Amino acid sequence: MAKSVEEIAEAMFNLVKEAGSQKKLKPMDLTKSMIQMFGDEVDKKICKEAIKQLINSGRCVYTYFGGSFIELPHREGAAND
Amino acid sequence: MADNLPETPLLNELEKGAWPSFVKEIKMAAKRSPMCQDLLGQLEQSYREKIGYWKHGGIVGVMGYGGGVIGRYSALPDKYPKVSHFHTMRINQPAGWYYTSKALRDICDIWEKRGSGLTNMHGSTGDIILLGTTTDQLEPTFEDLSKIDFDIGGSGSDLRTPSCCCGMSRCEWACYDTMALTYDLTMHYQDELHRPAFPYKFKFKMSGCPNDCVASIARADMSIIGTWRDDIQVDQDAVREYADKGLDITSDVVNNCPSKCMDWDGKELHIDNSFCVRCMHCINVMPKALRPGKDRGATILIGSKAPIIEGAFLSSVLFPFIKIEPPYSKIKDTVDKMWDVWCEEGKNRERIGEFIQRVGLGNFLEAIEIDPVPEMVAHPRENPYVFYEEYFEEGDDDEEEEES
Repeated sequence: MAKSVEEIAEAMFNLVKEAGSQKKLKPMDLTKSMIQMFGDEVDKKICKEAIKQLINSGRCVYTYFGGSFIELPHREGAAND
Repeated sequence: MADNLPETPLLNELEKGAWPSFVKEIKMAAKRSPMCQDLLGQLEQSYREKIGYWKHGGIVGVMGYGGGVIGRYSALPDKYPKVSHFHTMRINQPAGWYYTSKALRDICDIWEKRGSGLTNMHGSTGDIILLGTTTDQLEPTFEDLSKIDFDIGGSGSDLRTPSCCCGMSRCEWACYDTMALTYDLTMHYQDELHRPAFPYKFKFKMSGCPNDCVASIARADMSIIGTWRDDIQVDQDAVREYADKGLDITSDVVNNCPSKCMDWDGKELHIDNSFCVRCMHCINVMPKALRPGKDRGATILIGSKAPIIEGAFLSSVLFPFIKIEPPYSKIKDTVDKMWDVWCEEGKNRERIGEFIQRVGLGNFLEAIEIDPVPEMVAHPRENPYVFYEEYFEEGDDDEEEEES
């Protein structure tokens, strides 16, 4: 049975959370992990929707450090008060 | 407020001379903007000490978007508190960079209220660049710009704001409607523009003719350059008029033709169009006498980039000639296939040109289901990416081995 956008978003969120500051994940890393995890129950299109939901909800943010990544919201080291 | 300007003996040197000076502009803005006063102070210190005092911010942006804001923080926030945050915003320019004076005033009013008041019109990406604001002003600026129908452009690993020359709106050489295509691609790929999902940046640049006024062949991952596939239109009377008025057609036109495809006998200009490489030189020299052909479209090239990770690349041909007509389905289908394979297999910070070089154009073409043609060459008349597998039957190699 196909996974819902919410289920995939949750699984992606957990991956991002587990990665923490150890590894930066790109959207395609998340998509590939979902396909590996859920097989035929997901496709790239639904993964794109799940990423959109994660970002729009504010649970994750896009960051840029030489390339664009998806991370949990946090205060960056370079930021001044 | 003008009395608060810092002493800037080094920057003052850059005000001398008849040419425009960014120092003059910043000083003018500093009369109203405290942010610009501190900017002058920090810049003077940088010039004095030969050190850049900016830190890169990687998180700031507006809700839901992953591009369009480039974070900057001062490394000397205690000394220059007004530029403690000095973020840049890239704003999606209209195709061809057309504005009403009201639109420009509205943008400037917003930026004087929300930021430093300094702009780059335009950045090398083509966007309107609004220089210098604080994190808390990003969302209100975005909201204000939305009210006057402007949106943020691209940055990071996303589709960069597509840009084009003025095309048919002002140029007699335009072989297709660059502005219409730019607008269409911008609207069609909104997700890719605002939500970075690529290994690295991707740029479309549309040029209406081979003069390539937006330099797409050197800068765009996909260069869409207007061309024609029939014969150059020649008005022989106008050619003779150029000659009568003193133009040395043999020296200035014929001898400068890179493919030596033309000849001038003193009365008529003869062009062997089968050898013409569409360089535009003759047309540029005699615009009243020569025009591009009537069967017009574009050449689509892929893979150029400036040197960041690898050296600079020029684009190489993907489609030698394609008609550019709405709804541009062939272009979009090809782009979708290219992005699919590049996103799947590309490394972080690998431009599509670098990716193609790594995997080989033959493999790339196979993945995006395009047949190779002789025009797909890295350099003219050498190194063709053409495969001759179809000329060999399976088992040929075995037979050769047996014979030897």
